[in-house]
Amino acid sequence: MFRILEKNDLAAKVYRYVIAAPDVARKAKAGQFVILRLYDEGERIPITLADWDAVAGTITLYVQAIGKTTIMLSMMKVGDALLDVVGPLGIPSHVERGKVLVALGGGFGIAAIHPIVRAHKLVGNRTISIIGARTRELMLMEKEMQVISDEVRIATDDGSYGTKGFVTTVLKKMLEEKERMDVVLAIGPVVMMKAVADLTRPYCVETLVSLNPIMMDGTGMCGACRVVVNDKMQFACVDGPEFNAHHVDFELLMARQKMYSPQEKLSMEIFEKVCHTQEQRETAAW
Amino acid sequence: MGNEANTVSPRKLTNKERMKILRHPMPEQNPLERAKNFLEVPLGYTPEMAMEEAERCLQCKIPKCVEGCPVNVKIPEFLFHTAMGNFELAAQKLKETNALPAVCGRVCPQEEQCEVVCTIGAKVEPVAIGRVERFIADWERASGKITIPEIPPPTGRSIAVIGAGPAGLTVAGDLAKLGHSVTIFEALHKPGGVLVYGIPEFRLPKKIVEAEVNYLERLGVQIRCDFVVGMTQTVDELMTEGRFDAVFIGTGAGLPYFLGVPGENLNGVYSANEFLTRVNLMKGYHFPDTADTPIPMAKHVAVIGGGNTAMDAARTARRLPWTEKVYIVYRRSQVEMPARKEEIHHGEQEGVEFLLLTNPTRFIGKDGWLVGMECQRMELGEPDASGRRKPIPIAGSEFVLDVESAIVATGNGSNPLINKTTPGLQSNKHGNIVADQDGKTSREGVWAGGDIVIGAATVIKAMGAGKKAAKSIHEFLMNSMP
Repeated sequence: MFRILEKNDLAAKVYRYVIAAPDVARKAKAGQFVILRLYDEGERIPITLADWDAVAGTITLYVQAIGKTTIMLSMMKVGDALLDVVGPLGIPSHVERGKVLVALGGGFGIAAIHPIVRAHKLVGNRTISIIGARTRELMLMEKEMQVISDEVRIATDDGSYGTKGFVTTVLKKMLEEKERMDVVLAIGPVVMMKAVADLTRPYCVETLVSLNPIMMDGTGMCGACRVVVNDKMQFACVDGPEFNAHHVDFELLMARQKMYSPQEKLSMEIFEKVCHTQEQRETAAW
Repeated sequence: MGNEANTVSPRKLTNKERMKILRHPMPEQNPLERAKNFLEVPLGYTPEMAMEEAERCLQCKIPKCVEGCPVNVKIPEFLFHTAMGNFELAAQKLKETNALPAVCGRVCPQEEQCEVVCTIGAKVEPVAIGRVERFIADWERASGKITIPEIPPPTGRSIAVIGAGPAGLTVAGDLAKLGHSVTIFEALHKPGGVLVYGIPEFRLPKKIVEAEVNYLERLGVQIRCDFVVGMTQTVDELMTEGRFDAVFIGTGAGLPYFLGVPGENLNGVYSANEFLTRVNLMKGYHFPDTADTPIPMAKHVAVIGGGNTAMDAARTARRLPWTEKVYIVYRRSQVEMPARKEEIHHGEQEGVEFLLLTNPTRFIGKDGWLVGMECQRMELGEPDASGRRKPIPIAGSEFVLDVESAIVATGNGSNPLINKTTPGLQSNKHGNIVADQDGKTSREGVWAGGDIVIGAATVIKAMGAGKKAAKSIHEFLMNSMP
């Protein structure tokens, strides 16, 4: 049993969970993920590790409540337990000494860049984090990112905080001004990662993205998470999730993410019909 | 039921009389009915059928059937007890060498193992060994008279078994019975391996797998799910920090092959592993009512391949309420199909259409979704390396099959996770772990068996390998260790 030890309602349906998972916490490395399942006949969903504590035996996850499973998770309370947490999965992020890292996180993608930025910081690399949100109130993990970054730059869509625009707006300016950067890391929605790849390509800056295709077993068994990188089929769960952004077929990734959209919609409709209000949902689910 | 059976007195029959008894057909669900449900297809023998079928056995002095069985089930003995109506004794005899009889009675290819060498098979149809095995295992489970063998005092030795599939479950059962402490590490959330993610409910009900796993737990086997060896811990960590004296690797063939033709990544093209796992392990056929894992909702489905997995996928697709047409697309002819005849026959009965001597050359998409599969007609040439006649494309024979879903079932390679994370563990060019006849690998204290060693094969072959490895591990633990 994997008990929820802490839960915080952050912003825009994003929740932070601290979960007891000692085996995962002991082996976790930056860039890895877990797969979780809430109840019997529930689906398996992959979530990137935002943090962990090997001594306490806990992992920290940031999850946006957007589908049936993530909404069900958001309705769970401290003390409730998840049925399954398996991991750590995926190849850890490659961290090389003597580099300047620029890391871009959009929305709850910030949670995913967090451990990687920290890993760079720990080997003595200079780290610049560019984090974004729609508006100031929705900005996630600013404090946490300050601690591990030499510099945090901020972008909001409405200009209520930092640069007005996207995280790519900030990156574009940095590239144009020829600021030193050896590695660019981008994690967020596919459109954002693709935009970053397109920006850095002409400058030949090594650019990494962490891909989030539909996944099931997470051990290379089913091939659901296949992506094309450098014209080669790769399984994001075991060959990734991190890949060279300049070689990723993002169009394919976007198309494949929609594979079960009609079914997911159906699932949500039924779920909403059954539970009209939040209160009803809570009693229905638990 | 058992007590009544016990009162039946044995008949004295001559061999001639025994051979006059006709092989009992297996009662089955009507094909039209079963194509709409996920309930088991064969209904099983009645006690009378099982006893009469068992009477057909001549009790050969040198039983070739035992040799033919990869785990050497004492077939004449369990058939003798069955014929006498002593089902409990029959079950005990079965379980002496086979930890999973209810599974084997259903999925073993008996026609090429025990039954093919049955003495009476030369003149009449062989004894239906598999069907009687299935009856006895089911009878034992239903009767609740599952006997746990007496287990010797703990030896103080511990074994880590990686993978809760047929090979791992067999190793675990055999070693636990010898008094060793056994822990199975399973990557998925349920034990059973291919028995739970691959083989469909209508061919192997999951409650049967659960019961067989439960039996192992009663033998003292510990099972840890959600534990990916290679990631959660490596083999070396299990041996040093986990203090396991020996490790058995039975991780199976779980890396799907794709065809390498254009359009393979379109939405609607799946590996058989993905399709079957969604339906079986994740209970996708309950979506969206109780299960949350979605499954493809296509009207026209093509399954590519001619093996048992292809038949499983096709027959599964056939049962989904929205499916109108299911094709098997196979590049050779029916003679070369690796699937069991029974499975092909069941598929035909249920309305699966077979497009033989047909090979897909391209997947055609519209807006990212599969709308058709371009195929080419083939003809058979000279035998190839596999001994089967090689399919050769017929020029200009291309045509398009209108399908919205295609399931690739052309085989599986070995998952590289353990090889990559275990220094000094030798594997061959296909990624299979190199092991000797006893399952010993290049690493001291590490054994391997099943599909991870021999490539994708059958449940019973994996169990046979598990048996041999268990024997070898036992000798190692008792003799070579201080």
